Amino acid sequence: MAKISLNVNGKSHAVDVDPTTPLLYVLRNDLELNGPRFGCGLAQCGACSVIVDGRAVRSCVTPVRTVEKKAITTLEGLGTTAKPHAVQQAFIDEQAVQCGYCMNGMVINAKVFLDWTPNPTEQDIKEVMDPILCRCGTHPRITRAIIRAAQYMKAKA
Amino acid sequence: MDKRNQKSEKKQLSRRELLQNTGALLVGFNLLSELPLTAQQQEIPGIGAVPDGMSSYPYANPDYLDPTVLDSWLSVQADGMVTIGTGKVDIGTGIETAIGQIAADELDVPFERVRVIMGDTHRTVDQGRTAGSQSLARGGPQLRQAAAAGRLELLKLASARLGAPVERLVVTDGVVSVIGEASKKVTYGELIGGKQFNVKITATGIQGAMVVAPEVKAKNYKDYKVVGKPIRRVDLPAKLTGEFKYTSDVRVPGMLHGRVVRPRNVITGTPTVDESSISKIAGIVKVVREGSFVGVVAKTEWAAIQAAKALKVTWPEPVHKMPATQEAVADYLRKTKSARDATGINKGDVDAAIASASKKFEAEYHWPFQMHGMMGPCCAVADVRGDKATVWTGAQGPFTTRDRVASMLKVPKRNVVVNFVESSGSYGRLTADDTSEDAVVLSRAVGKPVRVQWMREDEHVWGPKGPQQLQTARAAVNAEGKLIAWDFQDHGLPWTESQGTPQLAERQIGVKSTLLGNPNGANGGGEHYEIENHRVMGRTIPWPQDDPSPIRTSALRSPGEPPRVFGSESFMDEVAAGVGVDAIEFRLRHLKNKRIIEAVQAAAQKAGWVSRPSPAPASDGPIAKGRGVAVAMRINTIIVAISEVEVEKATGHVSVKKVTLAHDCGLIVNPDGLRGQLDGNIMHGVSRTLLEEFRFDPSGAKSFDWASHPVIRFMQVPEVDVVLLNRPEIPPSGGAEPSVVVIPASIANAVHDAIGVRIRQVPLTPQRVLSAMQAKAATRA
Repeated sequence: MAKISLNVNGKSHAVDVDPTTPLLYVLRNDLELNGPRFGCGLAQCGACSVIVDGRAVRSCVTPVRTVEKKAITTLEGLGTTAKPHAVQQAFIDEQAVQCGYCMNGMVINAKVFLDWTPNPTEQDIKEVMDPILCRCGTHPRITRAIIRAAQYMKAKA
Repeated sequence: MDKRNQKSEKKQLSRRELLQNTGALLVGFNLLSELPLTAQQQEIPGIGAVPDGMSSYPYANPDYLDPTVLDSWLSVQADGMVTIGTGKVDIGTGIETAIGQIAADELDVPFERVRVIMGDTHRTVDQGRTAGSQSLARGGPQLRQAAAAGRLELLKLASARLGAPVERLVVTDGVVSVIGEASKKVTYGELIGGKQFNVKITATGIQGAMVVAPEVKAKNYKDYKVVGKPIRRVDLPAKLTGEFKYTSDVRVPGMLHGRVVRPRNVITGTPTVDESSISKIAGIVKVVREGSFVGVVAKTEWAAIQAAKALKVTWPEPVHKMPATQEAVADYLRKTKSARDATGINKGDVDAAIASASKKFEAEYHWPFQMHGMMGPCCAVADVRGDKATVWTGAQGPFTTRDRVASMLKVPKRNVVVNFVESSGSYGRLTADDTSEDAVVLSRAVGKPVRVQWMREDEHVWGPKGPQQLQTARAAVNAEGKLIAWDFQDHGLPWTESQGTPQLAERQIGVKSTLLGNPNGANGGGEHYEIENHRVMGRTIPWPQDDPSPIRTSALRSPGEPPRVFGSESFMDEVAAGVGVDAIEFRLRHLKNKRIIEAVQAAAQKAGWVSRPSPAPASDGPIAKGRGVAVAMRINTIIVAISEVEVEKATGHVSVKKVTLAHDCGLIVNPDGLRGQLDGNIMHGVSRTLLEEFRFDPSGAKSFDWASHPVIRFMQVPEVDVVLLNRPEIPPSGGAEPSVVVIPASIANAVHDAIGVRIRQVPLTPQRVLSAMQAKAATRA
């Protein structure tokens, strides 16, 4: 076990964990942040995605000691039901969710993608989101939601 | 008072009855401590096995919330909020919202003032499992009637309060007022807020077949205000911000983490376990062994995961080996005597008609084992304390889980409380609730609450599979190009795991499954066509599971029908092509059902279908294009799909470019929700047709993660065009799964249209398509 300090959603947290623990389990069980989800533990589905220093990473294969002192943002850090982030609002407006289990990966990866690519084409979106799995088959609405999110983010900027 | 009022029997309930019924959505009685054992307790076998009109009513005992008590269904708080309790559960399809719409409509309250409680065994009525797209078709009318009974009681209370007969009352947004005297009004909250109705209603039959409050007349569909509207789903905002709590987010005080250890192969006998192999991992609480069950409990989830992976377990060589190939299973299906036959249709003399016909067709179609592939592997928390247990699960049948856990622990049903917490979308997978049983075994062993989530490999390898199926089809046509005989035989395996049979952990600790499993039916074999000599049969081939095997089986989205419709609608296409007639025109020649004809025409029009026989004229260039249609009816829902594909000639790679779908499920409760479900079915269908097969050989499972068993991704997603045919005068049939059944055949037919080659086996992998193209070229040469 080791004391590790984490910067998550703008707040610092001290946790006492096995430093090899993947970030996912620390976020979920120690900080009780339910946004990041366990889907595969193999970096194959994207359900566990979080933002670390501006990049989307798979928290299920990221040892917690490697992200100490880095800025970590989870789904909770983007917005709340009372005040959703533009990407979250776009997904709500497109009703782009079925079971919702993959949504953490969709929203986090879309957010980072749009930060870098404010004017994506539909093809860009499909290529970038391709590694993020959804089993309910919500893909057409997710694609539309990301197009809409790009508009919302531009309107805000 | 009108006649309806007189019919509904009203009586005061004794405190004892109140305690038993706890109609208690609102009142927090503790069922476990309050309810005495009674002689009335009796077992209910699995769903489907119970005939209607049982001589003694199974719910008349304290193991169940009594459906004849109005308070079991709904309550009204002082602030006017209405709570509806339903035994149905949301598995990601949005029925929480749809049920809220039904209740709001019937009660005349704003949608926002309705809250829905789902699936908790101690505070909702058992309405049967959530399966078969039956939540709105069967659960919906039950809830509407209960709401109508509630509305009537509220009107009676208002009548007494306002001094006006019920006929002169009108309800708007939960406020009852007297027609013509606007000042005379009272709210639902003021009438009953926080109190129980204490009123009996009628309820006969059980689960999905239950008939609730037939004495009360519900609204005419023409008066629906909330139903039919694209109301936004209530669960979405929280699901997008991390505020929503899924099963995997349940944390209870003192909870430990468990993981199970299972091989990739059939489990035989008792394994040897070397506990020293994990001695270096900190935080291990216990290695739990019982029969062939092996699990690890640890203080942290990561310790449990590491320990389960590192634990050295030597499994005995399986006695009953997994089959060598899919072909070996097909051979078994062909040669083994059916245990039970289901008849879709049987008229005329098929054999004689085929024998005497001059133009005949014959084909065989193959469908592999496929998996549900939940994004989040199954998960549950169990807290076993002495002879009582509490379970948190996303099971599609919480009452089934309760009954199985009670049986495992050898305690009365009422000692087990199952709380439903929504899980990752399950598509039938959680009719088998494995992790609840795993968690119970582990919690019993350590005396503390234990959370178990399966790892990805557990879910891929051990999640029960949609069964392999094989169809044999024969047909004959007359000189006018009309079918005179149709003989379609499905050979499939029963669901060994999804009908309340012992699950994996139970079997590992020694409980034998004595049931055959539920047959997966006969529907989807072309029974909706009008043919003089017509036979559609579903043969259930036994699937003995002497030892737990990764090819255990269960219901997978529209169970049995994607394979059957793949066979029957491919065959229909073969016959149409064989007589040189356009695929749609040929189908229309054999259709009389007006709804089906209209759906076919709607799809054809939307897709811009041009009449011509298949295949399309050969094209130059590297890509061949084709279109294909498939038509089916599943439990009164009509679906027609037209797929447009491109086949890469050099590689055999198929891509689906567009799917047009016409859908008629009677009354549409929520058109936007329905469209979302249809997108999902199309993607699911494309994925299963092009990519999916659970692979194995005698050494074990070969599909164990998303790399070895891929599913559809964004780049493979076709354009989707949906036509909804709304028929408000027809009660709603299902929308969550029927449309998947037409996708496979529409794709295979489009591939045939493109390249002139018929693929009779799913998945349509590039290798399979290329081989078929090469074989055809070789025949020509």
